[in-house]
Amino acid sequence: MMKPAQIIAQATVYALFALGIGVLSTRPSYTHFDPARALIKVSFAHGGEPVTACRKRSRAELKALAANMRKASICPRQRVALRFELSLDNTVILSETLPPTGWRGDGSSKIYRRIPTTAGRHTIVAKLRDSRRDQGFDHVSRHTITLVPGQSLSIDFKPAHGGFIYE
Amino acid sequence: MEFLKRPMKFAFLWLEGWFDRFFGPKWNPFYCLGALGYYYFWIVAASGIYIFIFFDTGIPQAFTSTEYMTHDQWYLAGIMRSLHRYASDAMVVMVLMHLCREFAFDRYRGGRWFSWVTGVSTLWLVFSAGVTGYWLVWDKLAQYIAIASTEWLDWLPIFGEPIARNFLASSHFDGRFFTLLVFMHIAIPLFLLFIMWFHLQRISYAKVNPARGLAVGTLAMLFVLSLVKPAISHEMANLAEVPGVLNMDWFYLWAYPMIEHLGPGFMWAFAGGGTLLLILVPWLPPKKRRPAAVVDLKNCNGCTRCVTDCPFRAVNMQPRTDGAPFREEAVVDPSMCVSCGICVGACPTAMPFRRASDLVAGIELPDLSVAHIRAQAHEAAVPLNGKDRIIAFGCDHGCDAAKLGINNLAFVPLRCAGMLLPSFIDYVLSKNLADGVVVSGCREGECHHRIGNVWVDGRLARERDPQLRRRVPVERLLKNWAAPTDRRQLFTEISAFQARLRDLPEDDAATRLTLVNGGKTDGTETSETAA
Ligand code: HEM
Ligand code: SF4
Ligand code: SF4
Repeated sequence: MMKPAQIIAQATVYALFALGIGVLSTRPSYTHFDPARALIKVSFAHGGEPVTACRKRSRAELKALAANMRKASICPRQRVALRFELSLDNTVILSETLPPTGWRGDGSSKIYRRIPTTAGRHTIVAKLRDSRRDQGFDHVSRHTITLVPGQSLSIDFKPAHGGFIYE
Repeated sequence: MEFLKRPMKFAFLWLEGWFDRFFGPKWNPFYCLGALGYYYFWIVAASGIYIFIFFDTGIPQAFTSTEYMTHDQWYLAGIMRSLHRYASDAMVVMVLMHLCREFAFDRYRGGRWFSWVTGVSTLWLVFSAGVTGYWLVWDKLAQYIAIASTEWLDWLPIFGEPIARNFLASSHFDGRFFTLLVFMHIAIPLFLLFIMWFHLQRISYAKVNPARGLAVGTLAMLFVLSLVKPAISHEMANLAEVPGVLNMDWFYLWAYPMIEHLGPGFMWAFAGGGTLLLILVPWLPPKKRRPAAVVDLKNCNGCTRCVTDCPFRAVNMQPRTDGAPFREEAVVDPSMCVSCGICVGACPTAMPFRRASDLVAGIELPDLSVAHIRAQAHEAAVPLNGKDRIIAFGCDHGCDAAKLGINNLAFVPLRCAGMLLPSFIDYVLSKNLADGVVVSGCREGECHHRIGNVWVDGRLARERDPQLRRRVPVERLLKNWAAPTDRRQLFTEISAFQARLRDLPEDDAATRLTLVNGGKTDGTETSETAA
C-alpha cells in the first residue's frame, strides 16, 4: 500500500516534470529577427556563358569522326564565373564573383544571401555579368520599394522571366 | 572520463535513493528510462495516427487542418495533438537521461558497445522526427525551421541549387514538398522503431514496458498537461514575412539558435564531431576486457540454464561435439560476454560440495573460478571467531561490505551477486565456516548486470533454478540490495543480523541443517532499500 506521503511525493514529481515540459516546450521565446526590421534575400542559380565561343569543325575534322559523332561545332563545357553587384540606397553591399559549380565548372553559379535592413523606402540596384566580357554588366535592374516591418523581400534572377525578379 | 562519470553516478544514486522512497523500486522511473522511452514512443505513435486522420497536406490546408484540430475539435484531436507534442518532448528527456545513466554507471564497454552505438544513432532519428513534425504545422515556427534547416543543409557542398531557395518566396514553394515531409515524418519514426528494436538485440529480457503504476501516472500527467496547456500554433507561415519572435520547443529546436549565432559550419562540426565522439566512447580509452566465460564440456550436461539466465545473450546451445550422452552443449560467444558470471551462478555443476580436485563448473569465468571462490571463503573464515561470524558474498558494484569496518565479517567478492550459487550458502553454513551469510548487490530494481539480483531473489526464494536447499536455516541468511552510497543502511542491517546470530541457540553443524518452514516463506530475510 502506498502511504499518503508517497502519493503526495509522486504527484509532486509528476507535476514538476510536467511543468518542466510544459514550460520548455514554448518558453523562453526566441527572437529570430527584430520585428521592426526587414530582410532582403538574394538568391539565384544561373549558368554563365561558355568560357570560349563555339568553334565550327573543319571538313577534315568532320571526316575523321565516326558518322554518328559528326557535330558541326565544338563548344567548351566550362562556364564563365558570374559577376554580381547589389547596391542598397547607393551603397554597394554585395560585390561577388560567383564561380560555376560542378567538377568541370559546367554547372550554374549560385548565391544565397540574407541582408537584414531597416524598414522603409529603399532603392535597390542589382547588376549581373554572365558573359565573357570583362567590363560592365549584362543585366542591370533598379527597383524602389517600401519595406514594411517584418517584410521579407526576395530577389531572384531568371532570364526567361526578364531578368531580376523582386517578390 | 572518470572525473565525469563519478559525480554523475553519485548524483544519480542520490536522486534514485529519494525516488525509491517516493515510488518504490518497481515504479522508480530511473530504473526504466529506456522502457519509458518506449512508452512515450507508443503514446506519440498512437496520438500521431489519430491526428493524421484530420491532417491535410498542402498549403494552406496543413495549417488550417491543424487549427481545426486545436480549436474546433479541441476535446479529442486537440488533446491528441498536445499528447503528441508533450510525449515527444518527454521522450527526449528520457533518452538523454538514459544515455547519461548508462554512461555514468559504466554500462557501455565490452560487449555492450552494440547497445551503446545503436543508441547513439537513435538520437539523430529522434531529433529529425521532432523537427519534421514541427515543420508540418506550417506556421511561422515551421517556416523558421524550414528555412534554417535548409540553409544548414545547403552548407554541405552537395546540392546543385540551394534547397533553401524552395522557401524564397511563395511562388517558389511547391505543395509536393509537403508530401515529401509527411512521408519523412512517418518514415523516420518507423526507422527509429526498427533501431529501437535492433538496440536490444544483444540483451535478453529487456525491460521495454514501465511498471503499470508508473505508466498510468505518466499518462495521467500528460493528459493534465494537455488540458492545462494545449499545444497551439503560431500564425500561419508567410514567406513574404520574416518569422520574428518564436515560442521554441527547446527539447527539439535548441540547435537552431546555435546554427544562427555560431554558423552552419560550427553546427555540422558539433553534430558530426559529437556523434563521432559518442560512438567512440566505448573505446575511450581502450581497456583490456576481462576474459569471457568458458564452457568446460566435461562438466556441462546441456541443461540450458546458463542460456536462460545470461542477460546478454552470450550463451547458446549447440549439438554435442564431444560424444557425451547429452543432446546439446553450451557455447559462449566471447564478443557478447561481459564477464558477469551470472551463468556460473546458474550452472548446476558448480557445486562447492564436490571434491576440491573435481571442482570445475560447466561454465566458468577464467579469472574467478568457482574453486577460487570456495578457497577464498575458506581462507576468509580462518580469522573469524565467536557466534556472529559472517561471510559476505557481494558484487563489485553494490555497497562493499568489506569497507564497513564490521568485526568478524569476511568478504568474498563476486562479479555480480548473480554469480553466487545458492549451494555456497549451504556450504558455508554446513561446513561451519561462519554463523551467517550475507549476500549483497546493487539496489533492488536495478543491477549493473541488468538482472543478477532478480535471479538471486528467485533462487533464494526457491522459485528459480538452482534453488536454495530447504535445509538452509533462513535465520542465518541476510540478503541486502544496496548501492555504494547506502553504507549506513548496510551497516545497520548487518549489525542487527549479527546481534540476531548471537541470540540464536548454540548449535553444531548438524542442527544447523534443519528443514525450514516447509517452504512456505520465501526462505530469506530481506531488507528493502525503499522506506
Ligand atoms: C529511442 C531511444 C532509446 C530507447 C527507447 C532505448 C531503450 C532501451 C532499453 C529498453 C534498454 C534495455 C534496458 C534493460 O532492460 O536493461 C536499453 C539498454 C541500453 N541502452 Fe538504450 N534506448 C534508447 C537510446 C539509447 C541511447 C541514446 C544510448 C546511449 C548512447 C543508449 C544506451 C543503452 C545501453 C548501453 C544499453 C544497455 C544497458 C546494459 O547493457 O546494461 N540507449 N535501451
Ligand atoms: S559471464 Fe556468463 S552470463 Fe555473463 S555475459 Fe558472459 S556468458 Fe552471459
Ligand atoms: S548451466 Fe552449466 S551444465 Fe547447464 S548448459 Fe550451461 S554450462 Fe552446461
